[in-house]
Amino acid sequence: MTVMPLPQVPPPSAAAPVQRAASDAVAEIEVHNVSKSYGTAQSLKTVVRDCSFTIDRGRLTVMIGPSGCGKSTLIRLLAGFERPTSGTISVGGKSVTEPGRDRLVLFQETALFPWMTAYDNIMFGPRARAEGGTDARKRAELLLDRVGLGAFRRKYPTQLSGGMQRRAELARAMINEPKVMILDEPFRGLDAMTKKLMQEYYAKLYEETRRTTFFVTTDIDEAIFLADRILVMTNVPARVRAVLEVNLPRPRRLEDVIENDDANLIKMQVLSLLHEEAMKSFARGSKAAADFIDAYSRRIRKPS
Amino acid sequence: MPEPSGLSGRLYQAVASTKFWRGVVASVVFIALWEIVSRAGISRIPPPSAVVLTFNDLMGDPSYWFSWYLSMRRVFLGFFAAMLVGIPLGLAMAVSKAFYGTVFPVFEVLRPIPPLAWVPAAIIFWPTQELSIMFVTFLGAFYAVVINVIDGARAIDMRYYQAARSMGSSSWDIFRRIILPGTLPSIVVGATVGIGIAWAVVVAAEMISGGGSAGSMGGATGGGLGFFIWNSYVGGSYTQIVVGMISIGIAGYISSALLRKLGELATPWLRER
Repeated sequence: MTVMPLPQVPPPSAAAPVQRAASDAVAEIEVHNVSKSYGTAQSLKTVVRDCSFTIDRGRLTVMIGPSGCGKSTLIRLLAGFERPTSGTISVGGKSVTEPGRDRLVLFQETALFPWMTAYDNIMFGPRARAEGGTDARKRAELLLDRVGLGAFRRKYPTQLSGGMQRRAELARAMINEPKVMILDEPFRGLDAMTKKLMQEYYAKLYEETRRTTFFVTTDIDEAIFLADRILVMTNVPARVRAVLEVNLPRPRRLEDVIENDDANLIKMQVLSLLHEEAMKSFARGSKAAADFIDAYSRRIRKPS
Repeated sequence: MPEPSGLSGRLYQAVASTKFWRGVVASVVFIALWEIVSRAGISRIPPPSAVVLTFNDLMGDPSYWFSWYLSMRRVFLGFFAAMLVGIPLGLAMAVSKAFYGTVFPVFEVLRPIPPLAWVPAAIIFWPTQELSIMFVTFLGAFYAVVINVIDGARAIDMRYYQAARSMGSSSWDIFRRIILPGTLPSIVVGATVGIGIAWAVVVAAEMISGGGSAGSMGGATGGGLGFFIWNSYVGGSYTQIVVGMISIGIAGYISSALLRKLGELATPWLRER
């Protein structure tokens, strides 16, 4: 019996992350040597260590990594909900010290305010800044139509389907004209069909607006379908393992990810990197798992 | 079959349901058993037929209705005071750690004292009997309101604050548009529980304190439903005792139903999924 070999693609080395093209890219967000630890000096847990990357203006950057690798922590740091233990994060050259409307986060599960209708949720930002006048109302109506919720403006979030909730939340963020949209596994928990529809919808939305986007996911197909650029993360403590440029033409179709050779090459690269990282977290867990991986890797090297 | 609509349709549906008839059968059996038990001399509880006759007589008696009015007034004034003080206090404790640390220990020491234990002290503290009884109903509702408000405000999802802050909300805006509506369902729960306790408490308080000095209708029947029961007991009118008890049941039910209805109106997002 032979063991299925891992994709035989040389993984980009950690020392020299693959950097292709994007010479004209301007960094909207710069993350420089950021570390984040929790707990006391006795039991310090470092979740992010010496992490550096940029999010280019007008491009869609996707971060992918093993689950529990510290991606959500990075998002909280970018959003300004928490401060890094060391290192700096800057947006448009300005250091991030608090949450702001220039970087809006779409959370994993809906964070629509349950006590407000879809319309009132979308109007939240303008009203918070006392800008809820005719102009904002018109934009809210336009956005509602744009995300296909025109007929649902008076509905409360619990009366909307999962996909509708996501779209309402997109509209609630977009009305504030953020410089950067940060999405934390936004389509997780949706059923497979809705998820595909939302991915297509989001790709189209991005292609129309070209708003700088930072998109975090654990789904490789989703990453390749959406990304201009993929950051592959290491296991915890998180840092960037490799950067891959995705130069697939836009507008994109979901089939591209399956049919396109470039897409498949990227997919194999990402897979092998993620596999390595996942194995590390697996190995850390138990002696048995470590033995298993050891035996497994020996068999791969010497196929019978 | 088409869905019956409108009030008559809904009424028809209710009457046609098995659930409705089960309820009817259970009530009839209960009343029949009660009648048998008292007629057979097993218990000195008056039979339901006698209670209905007394109830019929009392319907035309203004002093009986005045008891209703007095108890209702005591419950609702005490309850409103509890909401008025309890909601801001609970919110303040939920929002401010310093305030919580200062007030909560005192609150937690006072809370286990049953409101009825306050009756003698309340009679001494307050200038009138009426205020003493209201103070006791206030206490009954107060703790339920405060505890529910604190828990409700604390259970608000962290992400709502984060989203609001990101979109530019000030602290006041967050309080007004996140904390207040986020706590509202718990306020409704606290209010419904609170008014139930207020009814339990007012009856006992009226019995202990002798019904208060507000009996302007004169005589011994002017002290609220609790005193009405006590007075019937002293006067040996057993059927009136039962009428008083049933009256309190009905009054409590009306109060709770009213609050539930108001609560539904105040929290439309919890209805119809």
